[in-house]
Amino acid sequence: MSPRRGLGRAAIALAATLALLCAAAPLVEAALGLDHEATDLLARLEPPSLAHPLGTDDLGRDLLARLLHGGRVSLLVGIVAATIAAVLGTGLGLAAGYLGGRLDSILMRLTDLVIALPLLALLIVLAAVDLTRLGVPEDVARSPEAGLARIVAITAAFGWTTVARLVRAATLSLRSRDFVRAAVALGASPARVMLVHILPSAMPTVLVATALAVGEVIKFESVLSFLGLGIQPPVPSWGNMLTNAQELIWTAPALALWPGLLILATVATCNILADAAAARMRPGSGAGRR
Amino acid sequence: MSGYLVRRALQAIAVLAAMSLLVHVLLALMPGDPVDLMASGDPRMTAADLQRLRELHGVDRPVLERYAAWATAALQGDFGWSRSFRRPVLEVIAPRLWNTVLLMGSALALALAIGLPLGIWAAAREGSMVDRVVNLACFASAATPTFWLALLLMMLFAVRLGWLPAGGLPPAGSGLSGGLRHMVLPVATLALVEAGTYARHLRAAMLEALAENHVRTARAKGASRMRVLLVHALRNAMIPVATVAALGFGGLFSGALVTETMFAWPGMGKLIYDSILGSDFNVALVALLFATLLTLLGSLLADIACAALDPRISLAEAGRE
Repeated sequence: MSPRRGLGRAAIALAATLALLCAAAPLVEAALGLDHEATDLLARLEPPSLAHPLGTDDLGRDLLARLLHGGRVSLLVGIVAATIAAVLGTGLGLAAGYLGGRLDSILMRLTDLVIALPLLALLIVLAAVDLTRLGVPEDVARSPEAGLARIVAITAAFGWTTVARLVRAATLSLRSRDFVRAAVALGASPARVMLVHILPSAMPTVLVATALAVGEVIKFESVLSFLGLGIQPPVPSWGNMLTNAQELIWTAPALALWPGLLILATVATCNILADAAAARMRPGSGAGRR
Repeated sequence: MSGYLVRRALQAIAVLAAMSLLVHVLLALMPGDPVDLMASGDPRMTAADLQRLRELHGVDRPVLERYAAWATAALQGDFGWSRSFRRPVLEVIAPRLWNTVLLMGSALALALAIGLPLGIWAAAREGSMVDRVVNLACFASAATPTFWLALLLMMLFAVRLGWLPAGGLPPAGSGLSGGLRHMVLPVATLALVEAGTYARHLRAAMLEALAENHVRTARAKGASRMRVLLVHALRNAMIPVATVAALGFGGLFSGALVTETMFAWPGMGKLIYDSILGSDFNVALVALLFATLLTLLGSLLADIACAALDPRISLAEAGRE
């Protein structure tokens, strides 16, 4: 077993464990008798114990339960936003790669531009926009759901570039293959060629790019939430759990450790999975099936 | 070459114009308007005063009209007044621009100094333990949230060990060593999260370059292992790395924003963040434009480096397409 393959498998195992634990957060909570919202001001910043496996935070809330619920939010945002970004990027990448010409050069210029921008600064501006000024009713704009939707929208709006570039490259190489040329010769419309003939073959690339995008989005979500512009407390996310931690590094360093470690593990897992999958797709890399 | 530069300059102007319009519209959607903020600072203001202030600052006019007025003034070199600093915007930005360039430049240099040797080392010993460790470290580096690494380094070196200051600029008169001490943690944070990308890309490019005919010829002629690696393979392998660097300036600035905010480093990133939260929109807008200009300049420099490394790339053609 090649080392890369071993790493890929470890990543799959880790991803599955994390996703399952976070998805089952309410069940885990019930089983361990924890509550992620219950504050206990007499039990603030407790060290790990039987009642609180990882201890408590500055409001006496159970850290483990909050980590799992925070993971639900972070993973949900990551997967939903990355999926939207992937659909957007795949469409743009297919069109740029297959139709070529002017459209291609404009789309690729745009992609390069978005990558070259000071993106985080722009995301901060977007995250600070007051939704009520766009005609969203006050109570909707202040709800946690609107906060989620906003962060999904803004990370997806800028997360499509990697997908678009990779899918465009795949489309360019598929475009001149015999089965595609046969379809064109049989009179298939450009839309049909792209969606029925090229897209299925480009699907592995799309999946690799989506995995990368999930990691990217989770990082952006975490930093925006950390800066106080993403997911708003009391809804926990790995990013906003670290906001308070900065003031508590003298008294409770452990609070700063766990959420960051989970972000690191999740993003690394996404990247390792994408890398292992990409290595499998490359012919003759020795990591293929056989 | 000069034609290429002119074209890039025109592109940059177009980008800045589009960016200023976009940000202007977005800033109009921010909570709170500047006049309300002024009023909250002075309880004696009457409704009539507020109305006069609104008219004076043009807050009551449509966004596009305000943008036109701003753009006309900006083209004449007047970028407006900072509400929170009570000084012209440019005076606020100038020293911070230098601080950010200093931070980004040092971090990029350190990231390359860490990443490139590791990439060469890993490629030279493909499949070995070294390669695997470097590979894992690269994944970890790319996946580490910048703000968390900043927290960890602060916890270890400023709180636990007390070796380095936790942030801010050195007090006046602390000399060169004092200045350097304040730079260590921010620069290290930013460099460590960037280094992995360079190591990974250089490793992949080196492996590709090492398989090429000219490298085999060099080996056959009896060139030493070091010479093959550093002279024959490295030059070609640096081309994709320069491309990555060219595309990476936006990300580098994002990292700098977080690092500056964490370590209270008075640079452009912290200024943008603070001015948006503090509703100092004149500063936010101009700072964002300067940040964009900075990243565009960065990618231009990396593109020129690319062309210098690769004689096949001609800048005169690259911009045309």
